[in-house]
Amino acid sequence: MNPVTYHRAASVAQALESSAAPGHRLLGGGTNLVDLMRKGIERPTGLIDVTQLSETIALAEDGSLLVGAAARNSAVAAHPLVRSRTPMLARAILAGASAQVRNMATIGGNLMQRTRCLYFQDEAGSRCNKRDPGSGCDAYGGFNRYHAVIGGSPACIAVHPSDMCVALAAFDARVRVAGASGTRAIALVDFHRLPGDRPDLETLLEPGEVIEAVEIPAFAGPSAYRKVRDRASYAFALVSVAAGLVIEEGRVADIRIAFGGIAPKPWRAFRAEAALRGAAVTQAAIDAAMAAEFADAAPLPGNAFKIDLAGRTLSALLAELSGSDR
Amino acid sequence: MSRMQNAVIASVKTALGWVPAQWLPGGTPDPLIGRSAAIGRQDNRLDGPAKVGGLARFSAEVPLQRLSYAALVYSSIVRGRITRLDTAAAEATPGVILVMTHRNMPRIGLVPLIGVTDLSAVGNSSLPILQDATIRYNGQVVAAVVAETQEQADHAASLIEIDYAAEPGKTRFEEAKTDARTPASILIEKNHVSVGNAERELAAAAHRVDNVYRTPGQNHNAIELHAVTVAWDGDSLVVHDTIQMVASSAKALAKLFGLKKDKVRVLSPFVGGGFGGKGLWDHQVVAVAAAKLAGRPLRLVLSREGVYRIVGGRSPSEQRVALGADADGRFTAIVHTGYSIMPPHGACPEQYSLCTRALYRSKSFEILQRHLDLDIVPNTYMRAPGEAIGTFAVECAVDELAHEMGIDPIELRRRNEPDRHPIHGSPFSQRALIQAYEQGAARFGWVRRQAEPGTLRDGEWRIGLGCASGSFPYARMPGANVRLTLRSDGSATIASSAQEMGMGTATVQVQHAADRLGLPVEAIGFELGDSALPAGPMAGGSSQTVSLAAAIMAASEKLTAELLRLAGNDSPLAGLRAGDVRLLDGGIGAIEDPSRHESYRSILARAARDEIVVDAAGSAPLEMLKFAMHSSSAIFCEVRVSDVTGEIRVERMLGSFDCGTILNPKTAASQFRGGMIMGLGLALTEETLFDERSGRIMNATLADYHIPVHLDVPEIEVMWTGIADPRSPLGARGIGEIGITGVGAAIANAVFNATGKRVRELPITLDKLL
Amino acid sequence: MAIRINGQEVAAPQDARVSLLDLLREQLHLTGTKVGCNQGACGACTVLVDGARVLSCLTLAAQADGRSVTTIEGLGSAEAPHPLQSAFIAHDGFQCGYCTPGQICAAAAMLREIAAGVPSYVTADLTAPALPTRDEIRERMSGNLCRCGAHNGIVDAILRVAEEQAA
Repeated sequence: MNPVTYHRAASVAQALESSAAPGHRLLGGGTNLVDLMRKGIERPTGLIDVTQLSETIALAEDGSLLVGAAARNSAVAAHPLVRSRTPMLARAILAGASAQVRNMATIGGNLMQRTRCLYFQDEAGSRCNKRDPGSGCDAYGGFNRYHAVIGGSPACIAVHPSDMCVALAAFDARVRVAGASGTRAIALVDFHRLPGDRPDLETLLEPGEVIEAVEIPAFAGPSAYRKVRDRASYAFALVSVAAGLVIEEGRVADIRIAFGGIAPKPWRAFRAEAALRGAAVTQAAIDAAMAAEFADAAPLPGNAFKIDLAGRTLSALLAELSGSDR
Repeated sequence: MSRMQNAVIASVKTALGWVPAQWLPGGTPDPLIGRSAAIGRQDNRLDGPAKVGGLARFSAEVPLQRLSYAALVYSSIVRGRITRLDTAAAEATPGVILVMTHRNMPRIGLVPLIGVTDLSAVGNSSLPILQDATIRYNGQVVAAVVAETQEQADHAASLIEIDYAAEPGKTRFEEAKTDARTPASILIEKNHVSVGNAERELAAAAHRVDNVYRTPGQNHNAIELHAVTVAWDGDSLVVHDTIQMVASSAKALAKLFGLKKDKVRVLSPFVGGGFGGKGLWDHQVVAVAAAKLAGRPLRLVLSREGVYRIVGGRSPSEQRVALGADADGRFTAIVHTGYSIMPPHGACPEQYSLCTRALYRSKSFEILQRHLDLDIVPNTYMRAPGEAIGTFAVECAVDELAHEMGIDPIELRRRNEPDRHPIHGSPFSQRALIQAYEQGAARFGWVRRQAEPGTLRDGEWRIGLGCASGSFPYARMPGANVRLTLRSDGSATIASSAQEMGMGTATVQVQHAADRLGLPVEAIGFELGDSALPAGPMAGGSSQTVSLAAAIMAASEKLTAELLRLAGNDSPLAGLRAGDVRLLDGGIGAIEDPSRHESYRSILARAARDEIVVDAAGSAPLEMLKFAMHSSSAIFCEVRVSDVTGEIRVERMLGSFDCGTILNPKTAASQFRGGMIMGLGLALTEETLFDERSGRIMNATLADYHIPVHLDVPEIEVMWTGIADPRSPLGARGIGEIGITGVGAAIANAVFNATGKRVRELPITLDKLL
Repeated sequence: MAIRINGQEVAAPQDARVSLLDLLREQLHLTGTKVGCNQGACGACTVLVDGARVLSCLTLAAQADGRSVTTIEGLGSAEAPHPLQSAFIAHDGFQCGYCTPGQICAAAAMLREIAAGVPSYVTADLTAPALPTRDEIRERMSGNLCRCGAHNGIVDAILRVAEEQAA
């Protein structure tokens, strides 16, 4: 790890001021950044601890839930409002990492989490366009069972590892960001970028901007999250599914679907939702929705199973949400 | 004949000078069998309070004045030469004391590969360590940085710049098959076994299965990282290490660095998990050399990645197993051949075919292992080397044959249970595998199993039951020494350089010594983990307990003779000979006449002695050569497999063991369970991802190499026959490794029973079931 | 400011790279807190910061400034062991003993989390009170790896203490 300085920001204004300095990075719980610094993948010269900023979890006037960026993952998952209104979000957070990590990690930091791609993580011995643009990608032709089946590019097929963001994507969450010229809101589904030919650019956050809060609009129906992984617990997702469902008169009135573990960003399944909206939840309808969603998929021999797995998991989850045993 | 085979036989011959009458052919079993008091009791671990309090000091935790810290740099190519090595930036970094590379590393010889003839030969790799610019595998140590703090050392290591001239390396398993080697022997067994004409029998068999099974590389992943704290004092060297072979590594380091044997002391009172991986590897040698150059005490803790880079694991394998049976299910042919990696610079064959020689009788056998040479950190012994993956292949095949024949897999095993060693013809010292099956099946509820796969369901979950046999050979190491000190206050201490890595070494040997010496456990101490003590055996091959037991037994006989001599004519014991007495009730007494007894205190007081000290060595392990001696087990397992996702959950497991006398049910149960849980990982989650393009291990972290977590581990029941082995000390056989054997197959067989899908390639991940 | 470690005030280190784990082990010689991966994947370094279980390997010591840290040495002593420490011995919840302090620290905090109603991934009804069942404990302890395979003993020990606390 490079020599580094450490300061705490007492306010968003302070954080904005300090983070303008070259080589400075914001530090949340440190569960990802400190690990990457130790591996030499991140080399900041200064750290600004932003865990003193808002950790409030409260209802906003428009009925959405406002979560301060410094709120710990465990606090969000345990909050009564989150458990009762958006169980899918609570379950997604609880599916991630371990209790210790969730006690440390912050909501803001979780949004900025970087990929677990084995070749990205191997600074000393592997080529990676995300770490070192233009150097090549060793995941192609290598171990890519955990890699993207959709949304990837010739430059990069690394997946976004967050569970929480999958649920946030499904709920149309917005990221409230402060910058030198004021604040703006970014839809979570837009916050993370697809790799294209610049996999090193991962989010829409501009240098010097600070995440203040996440807003989660209310959702009327039941919601759930299911994560499929190689261990029963404490493992990243092969596939995860966040789904919310409102059925009226036997037809889908509102539906939210997002997938984790299959794409470079939390994958909101807009096409599948569109296909299912207004339809009865049948296996045929789900199959058609999945076919529409993954029409542009580019699976590799090592990870092609994930499309089938995602469909099966979605199907089981929608059955659970609609209370049927289809 | 291999080096090892020659070595064992030679060492046994040289040790023939003193042979106990007791449990050898024609003799009587260890007299402690059947009259134990402390043995067999569920004593808590003696080191429990220290371990739960965080007070047990491991090797990286020894405080020293002026301590320096080291960090290593590893090669990132598989084969070639270093053409540029720039250490200037690292050396200029604040806190850096020195950078050591092949340019300034002291010239030393090669580490002698592990063996038995030469007790200082304990190396896992015979490649040079920082002696030249040649790269021989991806991950090899190429530099070490020594600094005032770990943070400084780590940072400086990242500043070292290296250019390589890369050459093509041998990294592909499939390609290496073209020049596979066929060793003459596998450990102490002849490699090629050909009894009858197995291929012809197979072709003519009424029933047959013939399949290929694949198992991946695996790593030990002890939670404690490999770590040494090293201090030189002139020409004396003290190494605080975490190692399974204290005595022999001290001798090896002395030889490498040209020191007298008594000038090197290795201390390892606690080993934070070993499983075969805590041997002598490059890092100890580098640390000793770097501390010498730095003129400072030094600590080197490998990073988790570093452990993967320079400490080998279990070799991958590809095994063909074919079984032929007559119409009644009696085996007419057993074929077990295959490939595993063992580079010439390594020492450990992955002996997957050994179980096949002992498990079943058959009209014919064809057994042969071939070794592949790759440019790779050499594989080493990992819990039940060979047997863990060999039983996977063979015991899946038995299940497949039973399914094909439509008979119960336990019944098929019963029909092929041997009455003597199937290859050697030697008698079993004791074997009750079928009894273990019967007791296990009753307890587990095997009757619930439906022969037709996919029958049992619970919602989206399919339920399956499976079983398999486990097997592990008995071993007792020659050269096990102890010192027994009996004091005038009636207390005793046993000392040996032996190792404690969670087996409960001291706990169990104190229980043993209590019974052997006729003292309460509270009166006995046990010192271990120090090469300054009499050289104990290494912790390997599930042999340490009986090896130490035999040495303590020998010491007690010497002590008896010495006590009788001291007792003299004024004692109630006057005139008795060693064969007439035994040690009991805090003293020595006549076997025939309980009234003739004198306490240790009394004898020592009259002789005006504060203590009696005897050194003794265990007898030559001749029983191993005369008898077929194996621990065996019947493993039962129930899994559920999701119809939706293919996820597998092990619902419960039961291990029914036949391993001789169980010395401490509490610690033994933990060892059995521990092995079974590692078997669960082997079956379902564990795989070292070796990228054949680069020769590099890609999942060198505990996040990406999946060992089972709490939620993967169900309640595991263990039981045992408890039948004493009449040919071993205390009637005991090894229990440390048997637990993992058979588990891979039991789980695979249960998965088949649940789903009808037969997965012959480990680990059984969910994508293989979709 | 200072870090309060087992009741003693300690200055945060000058070098901001020093983790809480290395501060404990290398500077304070509180070596009961273990290092198993140094990358947040094993749980051996678990300590309590302001009562919450965290990984000391990924916590910079500077981040703990002004906070209160409890390690295994502060949880109980040889004379007055924590109930979990005694239960781990009675149920043989360890073999090599290396992951043990982390398991015990994690378990101590976990029982408080359950008592406070914090749910887990396996809690069927997220709005119902959490209970210390075997499955709940297994899920909640999954961040603490054990390679010797003492899982059954660990869960048994924790269940025993949970029952005693409930009684």
